[in-house]
Amino acid sequence: MATTVSPHPNRSRPRALATTSVSHRRSKARERLSTALVVALLMAVSAFVLLPVVWMISASFRTQGDLVGNPGSLLPQVFTLENYANVWQRIPFGRQLLNTVAFASSVTAISLLIDAMAAYALARFNFPGREVAFILIIVTLMIPVQVTFIPLYQLLAQLGWINTFHGLVVPRIADAFGIFFLRQFFLALPKDLEDAARVDGAGEVTIFARIMLPLATPALLTVGMFTLLANWNDLLWPLLVTTDAQMQTLPAGLALFKGQHSSDYGMLMAGSLLALLPMIVAFFFVQRRFIEGIATTGMK
Amino acid sequence: MAYAFIAPAVARLGLVVFYPTISSLITSLTDAQIIGPRNFIGLGNYAELFRDPRFWNALRNTSLYAVVTAPISVGLALIFALLLNRRLPARGVFRSVIFFPFIVSLGIISIAWAFMLDPQVGILAAWLSEIGLPIGNGVRDPAWAMPAVMVVGIWRNTGFFMVLYLAGLQSIPREINEAAEIDGASGLRRFRNITWPLLANTSLFVIVIAAIFSFQAFDQMYVMTSGGPFFSTETMVMLIYSAGFKDYRLGYASAVSWILVIIVLAFSLIQIGYFRKKAVQY
Repeated sequence: MATTVSPHPNRSRPRALATTSVSHRRSKARERLSTALVVALLMAVSAFVLLPVVWMISASFRTQGDLVGNPGSLLPQVFTLENYANVWQRIPFGRQLLNTVAFASSVTAISLLIDAMAAYALARFNFPGREVAFILIIVTLMIPVQVTFIPLYQLLAQLGWINTFHGLVVPRIADAFGIFFLRQFFLALPKDLEDAARVDGAGEVTIFARIMLPLATPALLTVGMFTLLANWNDLLWPLLVTTDAQMQTLPAGLALFKGQHSSDYGMLMAGSLLALLPMIVAFFFVQRRFIEGIATTGMK
Repeated sequence: MAYAFIAPAVARLGLVVFYPTISSLITSLTDAQIIGPRNFIGLGNYAELFRDPRFWNALRNTSLYAVVTAPISVGLALIFALLLNRRLPARGVFRSVIFFPFIVSLGIISIAWAFMLDPQVGILAAWLSEIGLPIGNGVRDPAWAMPAVMVVGIWRNTGFFMVLYLAGLQSIPREINEAAEIDGASGLRRFRNITWPLLANTSLFVIVIAAIFSFQAFDQMYVMTSGGPFFSTETMVMLIYSAGFKDYRLGYASAVSWILVIIVLAFSLIQIGYFRKKAVQY
């Protein structure tokens, strides 16, 4: 190996060694070339993948005239912050941002607790009906959520929950995927821990809250991130349950505004960017763990 | 004790999944509107939708969308996963970038996609016409609307499928490939005879997920085209939305949604059946 990286491989070496080092070097060079090609290809792919967000950033700082005048350019001719000022006035952006934060975070917090409790029971307790409960949870994974929307809408309408915060949140809490994911995690934890705690006289609730939940932090983070993303990003559900702009979340609010004023390009891009930013930042911090979390459980 | 732990989740799933699913099946057998009496009409809604060209159009659009986007996004995902499974500079960055579209709101980013294809201000429209491929009215053009929402769908899901494939690739024991390499098998042969067969489980899983995702497509159509022009991008979920929540024909919309249930369930059962019978072992 050392011969191939040495700067003077031919300096007084036996002939046989020198030839292997040449062929070795040639394959090394080929490998480097193919790596360079792959990296170039992936850079082109990345540029395309990021284009919508890059264009969004650019458009959000440009004037209408600039956008119409230079549609092929990514760089602002005139840099303006006007769009960012307008978005708070043209739509109830602050209110919708607050709605989105409240909706997504309360669904996530409550779901995590309920999912974790159910997953823990399925993984750690033996009780009659456990298999049935688990099968029912798996079956819910196969039902397309859209089929539930018409009856749920009727139910919420009867309760007077349309355009209310609880109407948005309550039907969304707990999901089968989270229970399934966390169950797999709890199954893999060693049993000694809880046995030791039980010998020390700890109750089941204490064991769950003090020992199991802290141990499950990585899995809870993955499920939490998933739930947060799904609800922050969701369009159809908020669209159905809220008709009042004051109660809408950002995806529904922005989509509806786009439907009515489809040529407020810069302003809509400023609002869109602000709406995406919190999840982009969250993803930036958890990206590695999150991607690995999907990878390890997606297959099981 | 166990029941106390599991009760909230079971109550919730019962109330907002099982009850509405069954309720929707019952509604699909009635002529329910948003107000007024509902009458039992048997399979009337199903008979009507099988005669309704708008239903067939939505089914055809959704199938076409699935047949095009699922294989392309899965194929690209496999290529990216293979490229990003080897040692590369900035490998983690590339993985995150390709995965990134999956974490942004599809509804919101579709506004940007619509604008990028807009004939007035769109950067893609401008670039495409520069290279002699003018796209006319963009997503308002019947010829371009469906390809546009397909590109957005592929853009969105490829990274997610790539991550699933990366997991599949990492579960293949290293020694198998190394042994083949020492025996002089070329990269392509190693892929065909080792990697691809051993990825069979992953591929099936990913393809079924991709098909299910495609049959539930809604967000980018709603934002970019509203199902138009001339219903050319109206998918099944869009039809459910518009029949149920615009025309308030709850019975009819429920019937369409049960057709969707049957399609999605069929894909899930194919998957379960396959894994029961023939899981690749190594």
